[in-house]
Amino acid sequence: MNALEIRGLSHGFGRVQALRDVSLTVAAGSFAVLLGPNGAGKTTLVSLVTGLYRARAGEIAVLGHSVRREPLAALAGLGVVFQTPSLDLGLTVRENLLYHAALHGLSGADARDRIAAGLARLGLGDRTNARARALSGGMRRRVEIVRALLHRPRLIVLDEPTAGLDAASRRSILTDLRAACREEGLAVFFVTHLLDEVDSDDPAIVLREGAVVWTGAARDMPAAAGMATVPDAFLALTGAA
Amino acid sequence: MRARHAWLALRGIVVREWLRTLRQTGRLAAALVRPLIWLGVFAAGFRSVLGLSITPPYQTYVLYEVYVAPGLAAMMLLFHAMQTSLAMVYDREMGLMRVLLTAPLPRWYLLAVRLLANVLIVLPLVYLFLALAKFWDVRPPSLGYAAALPALVLAGMMLGAFGLLLSSLVRQLENFAGVMNFVIFPAFFASTALYPLWRLEDASPWLAWIARLNPFTHAVELIRFALYLRLESTALAVTAAAFTVFFALAILGYDPGRGFWARRGEA
Repeated sequence: MNALEIRGLSHGFGRVQALRDVSLTVAAGSFAVLLGPNGAGKTTLVSLVTGLYRARAGEIAVLGHSVRREPLAALAGLGVVFQTPSLDLGLTVRENLLYHAALHGLSGADARDRIAAGLARLGLGDRTNARARALSGGMRRRVEIVRALLHRPRLIVLDEPTAGLDAASRRSILTDLRAACREEGLAVFFVTHLLDEVDSDDPAIVLREGAVVWTGAARDMPAAAGMATVPDAFLALTGAA
Repeated sequence: MRARHAWLALRGIVVREWLRTLRQTGRLAAALVRPLIWLGVFAAGFRSVLGLSITPPYQTYVLYEVYVAPGLAAMMLLFHAMQTSLAMVYDREMGLMRVLLTAPLPRWYLLAVRLLANVLIVLPLVYLFLALAKFWDVRPPSLGYAAALPALVLAGMMLGAFGLLLSSLVRQLENFAGVMNFVIFPAFFASTALYPLWRLEDASPWLAWIARLNPFTHAVELIRFALYLRLESTALAVTAAAFTVFFALAILGYDPGRGFWARRGEA
């Protein structure tokens, strides 16, 4: 069963067509990258996958559960890191995580254990009682990743999680995610426009103006586009070259 | 939706709203001082101008402070509902709303729990106000305080649901101040919170009609009668019906398929 399966997805706002007939799959336990320039429809796609609003046409299945027909089952197996930071800055790290745990039906003791383990794993063990406002951008992002993994989803969707972070934070976030993918079989759907975050083996999907223009292993992208490097190929595929 | 999951989420949402509100000490103080100023200053001035005849549920002539206290309790609920609504819009702009709406629970449940959580937060303040109002000789029967509890909860839910509906319609935080002015002041002044209906009749029959149609009037009367151990069934019916309508529309507003919000592509 695929972690994420999208077929014929189209959506628009008013007269603006944000997504056109998008189909893609993310295999269980894989690290898939969705690439696209700003405005390609990446965030709309994430909003539809997470059920924030409903697509005009097409089907989305998360872990085999249709987002339209079984939204709660789909959400239960899904972790999300949204593009805009979404920690409650007035609350502490622990309070933010406990809130999320409660929303996902985790009881007190279980939640506390998972929070301690998750924070320790991402090197945030000493920040448990800090107000979110007092954390740096990179730390806030890592807390959001801990939060997204708290209910042990089988698929995590991250919408440009490294945008605006320094090199060290970006590297540490990617290393942690790749480790979780490799060691725990977590499927990762990583949305980005930063090409240096893509490994040559990663399955990649390129989005341009709301449509998928290329799918395959990242290393095959240059050949397909008749270019020498992945960045050149990306620019050619997205019409910027 | 499993019962245990629903319960844990309810508790989590209540705790979160509590923590957020408790850390806004200025807002808490204002919520309590506002009705006390009305009672101590406004009511004192009005007392000499305004004569009140015997109006149910009161069985004797009452001081103006006694008349206005239930209206001020309802005003606390109204202000709190509008501030909660503002917090919803803020949460939406800050992306916090997504954390709530991507929880694996039905949306109507999440929204209902958030409403209830916010009513539970304001209730202690309302009771503190009613306790302090004793200094102004506002002394309903002791049992009346208990009888007022369901009335306060229903009134709070109704006003909160209206706030929720507003938050689903308002696009940006900046527009909200204007909306509040157009909601809070008309709702409050064109109601029986400050003057009984017959007084409004004297002043202008159409104003009295607006007050009769204003759900806030019925929230006020429900609380007023309950405080004096009487059930005003019209007020109860109107308040309950208004809650149902406002909440149903708010759910529609937040619906992923049809919501006004979904159409605009914000989240």
